[in-house]
Amino acid sequence: MPNVPATQLKPFTTLWGRPAAVVEEPLMTHPSDTGPAAVLALKDISKSFGAVRALRDVSLELFPGEVHALAGENGAGKSTLIKTLAGVHRPDAGQVLLDGEPTVFHGPADARDAGIAVIYQEPTLFPDLSIAENIFMGRQPRRALGRIDHKATHAATAALMKRLGVELDPDRPARGLSIADQQIVEIAKALSFDARVLIMDEPTAALTGSEVARLFGVVRTLREQGSAVLFISHRLEEIFRICQRVTTLRDGAWIASEPLDGMTEDDLVRRMVGRDLDELYPKQEVEAGSVALSVRRLTREGVFTDVSFDVRRGEIVGLAGLVGAGRTEVARAVFGIDRWDAGEVEVGGRTLTNGAPSTAMAAGLALVPEDRRAQGLVMDMSIERNIGLTGLRTTVRTGLMDRGAERSRSLDWAVKLQVKYARIADAVSTLSGGNQQKVVLAKWLATGPKVLIVDEPTRGIDVGTKAEVHRLLSELAADGVAVLMISSDLPEVLGMADRVLVMHEGRLTAEIPRSEATEESVMAAATGRAAA
Amino acid sequence: MTVTAPTPAPATEVPKSSGTRLVDRVFKMRELAILAVFLVMIAITQMGNSQFLSEQGIKDLLLNATILVLVATGQSLVVITRNVDLSVGSTLGISAFAAGTYLQGGGNPVVAVFLAALLGIGCGLVNGLLVSLGQVPALVVTLGTLYIIRGIDSIWVGSRQITAADLPGSFVDFGSGGISAVPYLALIALAVLLVTAYYLKHFGSGRELYALGSNPEAARLAGIPVRKRILTAYVVCGGLAGLAGAMYLARFGNVDSGTGNGYELTVVSAVVVGGVVFTGGSGSVYGAALGALLLTSINSVLPALGVSSVWVLAINGILLILAIAVDRIVALRVASALKKRNARHG
Repeated sequence: MPNVPATQLKPFTTLWGRPAAVVEEPLMTHPSDTGPAAVLALKDISKSFGAVRALRDVSLELFPGEVHALAGENGAGKSTLIKTLAGVHRPDAGQVLLDGEPTVFHGPADARDAGIAVIYQEPTLFPDLSIAENIFMGRQPRRALGRIDHKATHAATAALMKRLGVELDPDRPARGLSIADQQIVEIAKALSFDARVLIMDEPTAALTGSEVARLFGVVRTLREQGSAVLFISHRLEEIFRICQRVTTLRDGAWIASEPLDGMTEDDLVRRMVGRDLDELYPKQEVEAGSVALSVRRLTREGVFTDVSFDVRRGEIVGLAGLVGAGRTEVARAVFGIDRWDAGEVEVGGRTLTNGAPSTAMAAGLALVPEDRRAQGLVMDMSIERNIGLTGLRTTVRTGLMDRGAERSRSLDWAVKLQVKYARIADAVSTLSGGNQQKVVLAKWLATGPKVLIVDEPTRGIDVGTKAEVHRLLSELAADGVAVLMISSDLPEVLGMADRVLVMHEGRLTAEIPRSEATEESVMAAATGRAAA
Repeated sequence: MTVTAPTPAPATEVPKSSGTRLVDRVFKMRELAILAVFLVMIAITQMGNSQFLSEQGIKDLLLNATILVLVATGQSLVVITRNVDLSVGSTLGISAFAAGTYLQGGGNPVVAVFLAALLGIGCGLVNGLLVSLGQVPALVVTLGTLYIIRGIDSIWVGSRQITAADLPGSFVDFGSGGISAVPYLALIALAVLLVTAYYLKHFGSGRELYALGSNPEAARLAGIPVRKRILTAYVVCGGLAGLAGAMYLARFGNVDSGTGNGYELTVVSAVVVGGVVFTGGSGSVYGAALGALLLTSINSVLPALGVSSVWVLAINGILLILAIAVDRIVALRVASALKKRNARHG
């Protein structure tokens, strides 16, 4: 993506006119001419937030018994579209049609009563309340005098869990549930009111193979029962696996609605980014140098056990495994955020102090955390100050901050990483997910790390930015940085890593060189079927 | 491929609700712990001073706690929604004076009580509207209304004072009377407490207070009428503060422009000591009531043990910080226990 301020982006018509946008044939093909009526449709919807036009004349039709993909880069307007369908946003112009009838949703409750269920990217559970209460909040079965029937609520929840084939105690509080289980609770919520339309915003972003398979099983069942599903995912192979049709958005404008049959991933990517995409995994071959990070028999009781590995200069080492296998926890311990109980960590020959991130940073270690909103960024602070945070030691002179130095340093990195922003003084929260991730990367790269640990570097960011992040990692390795990449995205691990380490239930179960790493071998080790 | 440590565990095995039992136990423990501290304290005091648990002693203990229990119950509702009402002291003061003035002019005691509650509801309505519609932090809004209501009270009351002599005898007798050791006022507070607890557990709108305190954004997405619920919590809180004002009048018979000054901090302490989490979504009115009982009892316990009452405030403060520290430690423990379970069982 060119580094132009968002406000100066060329209007849609000129983008459309570019030679790369090769779509000439009529795009709007849907079965409404022959099949049943759309259960839910948007017609020429526009929505602005202040000066930002999030949606421009977008149309969408969802038919019973179809899984419909919504594709587009981050910032293309997918979230706004979903919130319009869910009754959270009221469109400025255009119509929402329910069974062909124009409808106005005055709030989420209206949409819910119309049979529309939304599973948001960010889990929307009540951590203090039980699973059963989470599912039935606002709709609990009642006894006489409007009192809640706790027994019936419990029983109904147990039945839903059984139907989904999972064992979750209905009385357990939602606090501490894994993301996969939180999704299950969200889906159970949708099932509980027999939703006719199920909207899933990146449900698979934090799931691993078997969990995705479980989820897709549920989605197929719903489809067969006549539900319409709107599915959003940045993993293109999933779109092709589960969806029948796709609607593409770009910069808030409708691009195409078409069947997926006969389309290739490249076609779809071209629609999304409006040009041909460079290679997604631009891995450079680099001769590995001396050992930069050495982890010896690291143990944190009950979390991970006896973890040993090396990362050499110029190497990208993938750390794969299921969510909850202890990968993030190892990274946190290595960086000194959590203490370890036994073992040793060396960076460039220097032994790190247990539980001291400042010595880890001084030794040249950088950690880009998994959850950029909560751990990587100060959302309300400006882009320049976020990038400047790690450089406070160098930009502070005689106890006062050198704002000029901070700004030039931040600008430098923002440009290097091609962060797309309007003004460098804007709050980070105004950026799209992919650009936020670039800011986190910039913040850590500005420290000139010898060892870079990235945790889920491309979760929830679009393909265009994903390719850029990958190229960046590859270039860093070529410059002699040792990279440890934690990722649940298997193609990413296989495409980028020189070696793949696999964790299962807190232990390192396999170390697979690039030449032998396949989806099967990694998954086998990740699920504990290592002997196979 | 190199296999370093094969662990042949089936990935499908799921823990059977062990997380639930743990968390359940912890939260039941929270209220039991306050009860235990309270009972131990009473037992020690009784051993040091056998006159402490006389009929009159028990009655005093309950009477002292009554008004705080009532206001703390209302405050809990607000705190559960992740808000706070700092104006309860002022509300109590102005309601007490209003009821007193009315009774002074020969009014009916029952009407006076309703009048006080109604005035409290009015104050709660103002707070609730400002917080829910204005989208302003509750701490600031209710700090403002604390001063406004107190200011109006001061202008209205001036240097006047209502004493027991100005009130009907039946009203004053009711304030100090009771069924053997149990004061009438305590029975009213108990009734309010039971009704509120039942409402919170068994009614949809009660559960929704917890939901919106636990995750406001999720509550909005779940279609919960967030503003209406917050407004309700404030109205109930104000109403109970007003009712407490009438009971204050009945109990002490003495009201001036300073009545209830600084009371909001005692109320918030009682609520927090009782385990209602300040960030919303968790805790019970029973806990808050026990917290109120514990805090007020210290006032009686220290003199009974011959300790100077100047220690009361310091001990209240220690209890408050202790309660928060315990909550925090327990929360961390529970979180890490749940996480470990998740990690082990995928």
